Amino acid sequence: MSETIAFKPESLAQVHKIIARYPEGRQKSALLPVLHLAQKEFGGWLDVPVMDYVAGLLSIQPIEVYEVATFYTMFNMKPVGKYVLEVCRTGPCMVCGSEKILKHIRTKLNIKDGETTEDGMFTLKPAECLGACGYAPMMQLGKFFHENLTIEKVDEILDLCRQGQVALD
Amino acid sequence: MSKKLLLKDAHIEGIRYFETYRKQGGYTAAEKALKMTPDEILEEVKASGLRGRGGAGFPTGMKWSFLAKPEGVPRHLVVNADESEPGTFKDRYLMEFLPHVLIEGMLISSYCLGSNVSYIYIRGEYSWIPDILEEAIEEAKAAGFLGKNILGTGFDCEIYVQRGGGAYICGEETALLESLEGKRGNPRLKPPFPAVKGLWERPTVVNNVESIAAIVPIIDITGAEYAKIGVGRSTGTKLISACGNINKPGVYEIDMTITVEEFIYSDEYCGGIKDGKKLKACIPGGSSVPIVPANLLLRTVNGEPRYMNYESLADGGFATGTMMGSGGFIVLDEDQCIVEHTMTLARFYNHESCGQCTPCREGTGWMYKILKKIENGQGKMEDIDLLWDIQRKIEGNTICPLGDAAAWPVAAAIRHFRDEFEWHVKNPELSQTQNYGLAHYADPIPAVEKNA
Repeated sequence: MSETIAFKPESLAQVHKIIARYPEGRQKSALLPVLHLAQKEFGGWLDVPVMDYVAGLLSIQPIEVYEVATFYTMFNMKPVGKYVLEVCRTGPCMVCGSEKILKHIRTKLNIKDGETTEDGMFTLKPAECLGACGYAPMMQLGKFFHENLTIEKVDEILDLCRQGQVALD
Repeated sequence: MSKKLLLKDAHIEGIRYFETYRKQGGYTAAEKALKMTPDEILEEVKASGLRGRGGAGFPTGMKWSFLAKPEGVPRHLVVNADESEPGTFKDRYLMEFLPHVLIEGMLISSYCLGSNVSYIYIRGEYSWIPDILEEAIEEAKAAGFLGKNILGTGFDCEIYVQRGGGAYICGEETALLESLEGKRGNPRLKPPFPAVKGLWERPTVVNNVESIAAIVPIIDITGAEYAKIGVGRSTGTKLISACGNINKPGVYEIDMTITVEEFIYSDEYCGGIKDGKKLKACIPGGSSVPIVPANLLLRTVNGEPRYMNYESLADGGFATGTMMGSGGFIVLDEDQCIVEHTMTLARFYNHESCGQCTPCREGTGWMYKILKKIENGQGKMEDIDLLWDIQRKIEGNTICPLGDAAAWPVAAAIRHFRDEFEWHVKNPELSQTQNYGLAHYADPIPAVEKNA
């Protein structure tokens, strides 16, 4: 376990609160919520030392953390930009123009799917259904959904991101 | 005007907060239920005819009656809020705008099932909703409706919210339980069923958000009265999330007596097809259920009107009918390309396969690649038959229903729209640059009378 990695005291208190939701000896159930906390606190992705730290906190083997972290799409296994643009492209969103939105973002930011802009500001991640089918096309930015997107609305959001005016949390 | 039970107060400002919900009669069903015995509640649920609203449609009362009750072993209620089926966003609406309906439903259900600790497992991407639910839980607790010795009855109940990590497979109940135990969302072999060995090997009931919310009106008006709403075995009301090429996408509560035509074209619901275009096809129950062309959607193969209920939608079986499923109602207009649409669904199921079973792990990717090839004008006629063959080999050959869910959209698309697949193969150059719906206007789908 890395010596330099540790949750802030308030996050650690949150970890203990989460563990208390489960019966004694079932602390592994806290893994997903704790990984969400860790990703948020340690730079938006899960480095191996971070996962080892989480394993130590929950008294489980590091491999138990790796296999879970790599299974779920919300956990990033490599560094990402400050703003991760997750654009839904499945069925209903496709019908409502998600490919046009994706194409526009790729061109405007000069990145391919999964890539991050050189300035480290944006990462583009096509997503498979985010449960906003009635408000398509849409994208998730941090904690929030941006729905009924148009090219103009996307441009406006990207500009506001650059100005640091888009809430992620 | 359709009868509303779950969304009757959705228009009231502040209904998401305890005080407003309570003023509207909230938690009176819970007060009533806590004066009943658990067996009496179970009988009401059975009498209601409520069928699981997550997609399978299994009778909820019967599911509850399977719950094992060994002495000294805790039991759990787990609410499945993993809603990840393309086209489905109804549970999100309930949790976002009416969280107390779910919490009250959970309290009643937990009391009936003897669960002192219940969980809501919510898809991780709905990342702002846990805050709403946790606030509602705290409010209910402060008012004495959760926690220790609820309303002096001696019943204790805690509710916790768990966020998933982004995996469609966790909507399958055993995968959900694995995930809740902090593991990969790999489905378990059944039996044993969760009712016998569920969360941490304890007896567990896993129910969809809408199913649990429906317990509130069932107790409120009685199971017998609930069963009078709707028709046949499609009792009560159903939430439908409508999307695609319609004028009024959104979440609607229906009483399952209306026709599909009324649902699509009336101003009360979808408001017709966007931009005055013709209806081409629809997937009425979430992406996994069979797509049907307009003519078979509005009328059964015998020419009878098709209704928005479990039995009527399935009329004709998979060859000519479809399913109510989760109520994720995806409408496609004449400009849409079925091959492209099916390809995005195949990509979705390939992405979401957990990888445990070979037919699903390999087959979903294979289907996606073939569909992509056909869509891009590089397909051959034999690819269509190969696609048909692969989906047949996936269906029924996997641990969980994800294999079926991946196979059915492909099967139905080929069954009803083979012409369109063949057009892509026969016109490779056009296929590379144009959308079938826009390019090919021979209209292989018989126009419905309304739009002719």
